[in-house]
Amino acid sequence: MTDYAYYPGCSLEHTGSPYDISVRAVFKQLGLGLTEIEDWNCCGATMYMSAKKIVGYAISARNLALAQDMGMDICAPCSSCYTILKKTNRHIAWDPQEREKINAALSAAELRYDHMVTVRHPLDIIVNDFGLEALKEAVTNPLTGIKVAPYYGCQIVRPHGYFDDVDEPVTMDQLFEALGAEVVHYPPKVRCCGGMLMTTDEEIGLRLCNGLLQAAADNDAEMIATACPLCQINLEGYQDKINARYGQKFNIPILYFTHLVGLALGLKEKELGMDRLLIPVRSAKLRGEVANV
Amino acid sequence: MADTLTMVSPSEAELQEAFWEQVDSFPDGYRIKKCLQCGTCTGTCPVSDFMDLTPRQTVAMFRAGRIEEILRSRSIWVCASCYSCTVRCPQNIRVTDTMYALKRIAMQRRIYPRNFPVHRLSSTFLDNIYKYGRNYELGLGVKYFMRSGFTKLFKNAGYGLKLMRRERMGLLPQRIKRVRQVQAIIKKANEFGEH
Repeated sequence: MTDYAYYPGCSLEHTGSPYDISVRAVFKQLGLGLTEIEDWNCCGATMYMSAKKIVGYAISARNLALAQDMGMDICAPCSSCYTILKKTNRHIAWDPQEREKINAALSAAELRYDHMVTVRHPLDIIVNDFGLEALKEAVTNPLTGIKVAPYYGCQIVRPHGYFDDVDEPVTMDQLFEALGAEVVHYPPKVRCCGGMLMTTDEEIGLRLCNGLLQAAADNDAEMIATACPLCQINLEGYQDKINARYGQKFNIPILYFTHLVGLALGLKEKELGMDRLLIPVRSAKLRGEVANV
Repeated sequence: MADTLTMVSPSEAELQEAFWEQVDSFPDGYRIKKCLQCGTCTGTCPVSDFMDLTPRQTVAMFRAGRIEEILRSRSIWVCASCYSCTVRCPQNIRVTDTMYALKRIAMQRRIYPRNFPVHRLSSTFLDNIYKYGRNYELGLGVKYFMRSGFTKLFKNAGYGLKLMRRERMGLLPQRIKRVRQVQAIIKKANEFGEH
């Protein structure tokens, strides 16, 4: 089976650890190899874009240069890292002078980045490399009757929509259907959660997330599945504040899409890092307590 | 007779020059010249009603030679970088990238809106990367709240504790092994102009 160079990114080490644990477990179960890029550094996130983008691209390119020697595609689960690494490649391909500047900076660390490494999201890998038909065959615990709102967020489809449509993505919908789940109508599937605004201007963040939770409740979703650590933590970690601020009574579990894949493959909650979620799933079926309902 | 559009203050002229250099430094940046003022960016923006200048107005203000006013507004720091405007713009203008360009001009010249210290999150984050090579979430939050409003630190303590109990908040920063490589790259890249 195919192997990938794994770039977890900083969020997956701590707040996003349930994502990290589940990506590793699911890939292992599917026979997809993940080799962590040794001694990777922060991708620079959006922060370097606001300060000096050449510096951001240069430190981002250190990771690409390290992966280049591994000869595999990169698997980057954090949507923000995914977009930044992709933007770095795009920038380097756009202007040979910028490429030379970035390589001049890398040479200070005795590195060089010449061969474009393809950056992939695990959602893309599972659906398009492993494939939905193969996945259906691997499902041992179909998620029949589970109603899920697929929340893509911003950065895996925008700005360039590398593996799905920028306005109407369907990859996650198709994935959950292949697992046997019911995908509810979820109009804000690509609407922004506010990202770092939850830290810098909480009022805006709370309002955006309130809208996302309300749309899930209105469509009878029993959970929201995400593909981004920032979306996940904003919707989950601030749900009690949203309830207080807007007089709501939300208690909606916010899972990573890899949790649903793992459960359908017969993995247990703890193996998927779901014991670290702040809002536990209630469905006995999902918890693996009822076999083959 | 002087063209009123070219009668700008020396500081504004310098900002305009910096702006043009910035938009030349990323793919399709120049397309901002093609703006039709249709307002699709503002209509699609999930946070435009929290902005004092909407994305469409930001472009209009730039054309009117009022960049400093843009930098004094909260708008560029309210932008959450969701790229909705970018994918919907009928003229394919890189609106989000242009917002970043304006943020860079603001940070390099320290021109900020009053009582809205969002830029401090960026500078705190950058300090972390230089020191450790990775982001240190707890340190980022604590330091940012201390620098931007001490009471926020207490208001958010419960959130931090909740995550700590689930092993989702590291207490100590972890330095990567070859952090010196990252530092050398940052130093060298910093020599390349303002972009």
